[in-house]
Amino acid sequence: MRGAKSAKWVAGAIVVALAATACGGGGDDEGKSKGSGPAGYVSIDVGEPQKPLIPADTNESNGSYVIQSLFTQLLDFDSKGDIVYTNAESVTTDDSKTWTVKLKKGWKFHNGEEVTSKSYIDAWNWYANIKNNQQNSFWFQDIKGYDDVHPEKGDPKAETMSGLKAVDDHTFTIELKYTMPYFNYKLGYTTWAPLPKVFYDDPKAFGQKPVGNGPYKFEKWDHKKLIQVKAWDEYQGPNKAKNKGVQFKAYTTLEAAYKDVVSGNLDMIRQVGPTDLPKYKQDLGDGAIEQPYAAIQTLTPAFYSKTFKDIDPKVLQGLSMAIDRDTITKTVLNNTRTPAKGFTPPGVKGNQNLDTDVFTYNPTKAKQLIKEGGGVPGNKFTVQYNTDGGHKEWVTAVCESIRKATGVDCTGDPKPDFATDLEARDNDQVKGMYRGGWVADYPVNANFMKELYHTTAEANNGRFSNKEIDGLMNKADNAKSLDASVKAFQEVEKKLVEHMPAIPLWYYRINGGHGKNVDNVNVDFHGDLEVWAVTTK
Amino acid sequence: MGRYVARRLLQMIPVFIGSTLLIFCMMYALPGDPVRAMMGDQAYDPAVVASIKKELGLDQPLLQQYVNYMTGLFQGDFGTQIASQRPIADIISDAFPVTIRLTIFSFTFVTVVGIGLGIVAGLRPDTLRDRGLLTLTLFLVSMPSFVLGFLLQYLLAFKWSVTTPTVTDSTDFSQLFLPATVLASLSLAYVARLTRTSIAENLRSDYIRTAVAKGLPRRRIVGVHLMRNSLIPVVTFLGIEIGSLMTGAIVTEGIFNVRGIGIEIYEALSRREGATVVGIASLMVVIYLVASLIVDLLYAVLDPRIRYA
Repeated sequence: MRGAKSAKWVAGAIVVALAATACGGGGDDEGKSKGSGPAGYVSIDVGEPQKPLIPADTNESNGSYVIQSLFTQLLDFDSKGDIVYTNAESVTTDDSKTWTVKLKKGWKFHNGEEVTSKSYIDAWNWYANIKNNQQNSFWFQDIKGYDDVHPEKGDPKAETMSGLKAVDDHTFTIELKYTMPYFNYKLGYTTWAPLPKVFYDDPKAFGQKPVGNGPYKFEKWDHKKLIQVKAWDEYQGPNKAKNKGVQFKAYTTLEAAYKDVVSGNLDMIRQVGPTDLPKYKQDLGDGAIEQPYAAIQTLTPAFYSKTFKDIDPKVLQGLSMAIDRDTITKTVLNNTRTPAKGFTPPGVKGNQNLDTDVFTYNPTKAKQLIKEGGGVPGNKFTVQYNTDGGHKEWVTAVCESIRKATGVDCTGDPKPDFATDLEARDNDQVKGMYRGGWVADYPVNANFMKELYHTTAEANNGRFSNKEIDGLMNKADNAKSLDASVKAFQEVEKKLVEHMPAIPLWYYRINGGHGKNVDNVNVDFHGDLEVWAVTTK
Repeated sequence: MGRYVARRLLQMIPVFIGSTLLIFCMMYALPGDPVRAMMGDQAYDPAVVASIKKELGLDQPLLQQYVNYMTGLFQGDFGTQIASQRPIADIISDAFPVTIRLTIFSFTFVTVVGIGLGIVAGLRPDTLRDRGLLTLTLFLVSMPSFVLGFLLQYLLAFKWSVTTPTVTDSTDFSQLFLPATVLASLSLAYVARLTRTSIAENLRSDYIRTAVAKGLPRRRIVGVHLMRNSLIPVVTFLGIEIGSLMTGAIVTEGIFNVRGIGIEIYEALSRREGATVVGIASLMVVIYLVASLIVDLLYAVLDPRIRYA
């Protein structure tokens, strides 16, 4: 008897002791974990960059956030998509082929080295060189001499591109292979950042501890947890940091990050997860952010597939009219998207109001158009998507809408993850349509047409090919001025409606938010929060 | 005993090679190319993809890749992660201690509380407190860990603010308490039930009756005679549980933002980082093997009749 009692007491005591220490610990902890990081720093849920921090080797959002804070290119864009000069005094051209860049004087890298023409030219030559395997090397393909440093096969024939010439320390010229009226817009991409001399000593080490010329100076990278940057006092650009520094904190789930914003452990969240969307405006109050940015979602037919080979565009127009975009964006997508009205999203130069009803829900006309066009072969098709990206719900809804309106049977063709999805697209194995998405690289309408629907475009995974449209795009590229080119591309967009290389669905909106400790949180044209402008309270 | 251990250790070698080869083949068979996937769905240059693959040796046939990998491994080189270009050894040594900390924490919890509750209930079977325990454990067994995780997170962190909702510092044991409890809950229920049944059964056995008849003090009967025999099935379970706790942490690590190997292996899988997956998985294999060896050796300690040659 006595034994049993003591055993019970021991067990009980252990439970109590464990609970007590844990609760005590939790209580102590509360005080110090409020707020975020050193005083004056702001924090945001930017996860671990995929790759080392080299400007030309990053095109995913986590890495580019950090790179944008550390590096500054020649120019940037305001919220309307207009050019704002940062490191450049001016970027000018007379013939859209040779561009002259004048740099602002007195700019320095964080280690004190001056930013000169050479900092840019050497960096670009290094980025473009095939030997260095830079992911974004193709961004330099318009420059004369690119093929020498980046041949399709074999070793490079030259170390430098002949199109880049330094005039003096603060002036250099870029000669292109052809005319391109909107080339200066491309220069706003993070890939075009300059590099200091230390980079070439050991690019690998530099990627872990970069030295840039941007508004923030690198402090530390605690892998998978945190990257911390500190505001750089000597920065002279228009986007000078208004806070003392930034902590990019990695979260495993959107929900966890959201909880931390609500409880005050994190200042900003870029995207609110689906479970929290219905209540985030209530939770965050003034801190809720809902803004459109230049990105679009489409359904893209694979024009090599059995179903859509030699399809009459009328059928695609009909399918487009069978999609109830208004209802789907409101219900299934929780108002996180805006129904598309064309092939270019608002916020890019040349976005226009197309005079067409192809993007408006109209079951009667949809049925009629599909009939006129000869119908969908087999009266059914599939939509390929990756299940790891939250696309299942809307694909199902779109299919349901098409089926209800026209009787054409539409089903999802799920791929387990993004890698598998991409492989099927690259190898021309898409059976019907696939979900396409495109975020602006630079805010000009050409970016949403030339890169997606030109026969030779790399991202033209539907293999849409139309000589007339190719010709019109090439002509638009040859235009004398940016305005003329934008206008010409507006004409291309009108033509695209007749040929339907894809069915535009909706434009993206960012649904993020910030906590009570910070203010002045704005969104730029490609949907990133502008961390430099954020102020602490 | 020594010979037995040596033989068991030698047996681990083919098991290790076999399992790594199997995982290697599985990763290879999955569709999707890791280098291509890294480029995302915007434009990219196929020449760069080919060049990176060549540099990493990913253009070679499967067996050649496996041989290269194993030779590297025996020289202590786990390989390099494709995207981040960091050594996989670094990634493992970042993530492993976190998971081990979490596992040790929840393992201790499972052992102490689970066995404790089992004893309490088992000594008095079919009484109110026994039924209470059975109900409680039934509740825990039937509750998926993510439900329990979200529930506790909601109650403790948001309703009552006793703890932080997510783990910001994995070296802080007070922050690890919640995820460790959630992780432990399922095993805890099993351990408690196993102990309870085993004790209740042995309580009625002849040798206990003999011990009681001899007039031994109750403490000695329970502590030495009863416990030693009753713990054999529990120890077996606990040994295997170490491995499952480590891998089973994936969901829990996700909910509480614990940066351990669960998340690491999940990310590596979805990015097709073969070398990372194989590296972590082979470590798990080793842990499983060692754990089961320890369990087998513990049998001899608990039951002197078991001898190894």
